[in-house]
Amino acid sequence: MGLEAYVVVATILFGLGIACLITRRNVIYVLMGIEMILNSANINFVAFNRFNGDGMDGRMFAIFVIILAAAEAAVALGIVLNVFQLFGTVKPSDVDLLRE
Amino acid sequence: MDLRKQQIAFYTALLFGALAAMGWGLKTAGIQGAMFGFFASFTLGGGLMCIWERSVVRSAFSLMATFCGVAGLFILLGHDFLAMAQILIYVGGILVLILFGVMLTPPDLNERQLPRVGLGVVAVVGALAFVGAKVAAVVNWAQAETLPPAETKAEQIGAAFLRADGYVIAFELAAVLLTVALVAAVYIARRKPSDLIDLTEEGGY
Repeated sequence: MGLEAYVVVATILFGLGIACLITRRNVIYVLMGIEMILNSANINFVAFNRFNGDGMDGRMFAIFVIILAAAEAAVALGIVLNVFQLFGTVKPSDVDLLRE
Repeated sequence: MDLRKQQIAFYTALLFGALAAMGWGLKTAGIQGAMFGFFASFTLGGGLMCIWERSVVRSAFSLMATFCGVAGLFILLGHDFLAMAQILIYVGGILVLILFGVMLTPPDLNERQLPRVGLGVVAVVGALAFVGAKVAAVVNWAQAETLPPAETKAEQIGAAFLRADGYVIAFELAAVLLTVALVAAVYIARRKPSDLIDLTEEGGY
């Protein structure tokens, strides 16, 4: 398969991640949408690296993206647990302490 | 049983879409194309299911299909180390973390509203199709496909991590970041509720 097939798949996955972010009212879904977006970026990195030249940059970037995603998921879940203890809800729109 | 009909229609459409993708791949690029269609439909079908399902647990498990499909795409791109790391870290780590988050928060089965989900998907897909048409008119795709395939070995990645002209600074920074993130996550998650601000108290904050 050519480069464009991978780019199309990555673009659609990115769109699904954005749609998951903006249509669901739950912090867990926001996290899932972020993971989908990071995965689509990874597909792009590896596909462009595979089809353009012999460097290692894209592949190494993909590994660092995975590392950052792991760190982000751990901290984000800790924050979600604390927000749920504090506010009793996981809706992003209900967390509005600074508004009062 | 309106809900049941919706589910049946959705999964039937998903199955036919996957079969169509595999058939298209088989026609254009042989068995490799069919595998591409298989993994791509896993990836995108998992993402669609994640948006569609009402229960958070089902959405989290459908994300497993997405992650495994992305790992398959990495294998097709000749990067088997990253595919293995993808399965280990995403399916074995991040998905379990998400499931912990799901089980510690209450379910809300009426949260997904079909008009909002449909409108969001249509809007995002329309915007991406517009940008994609603009990009596709400019890019010369044929240039990229004449280059030879590049395989990655794990030794190459290890050498690139530790060479002085490679990624050694980023490697060390990633190590520090992971340590800080793990300590911070343990610290944030372990605090007792009594340490938090009491919102019910009058003027508590």
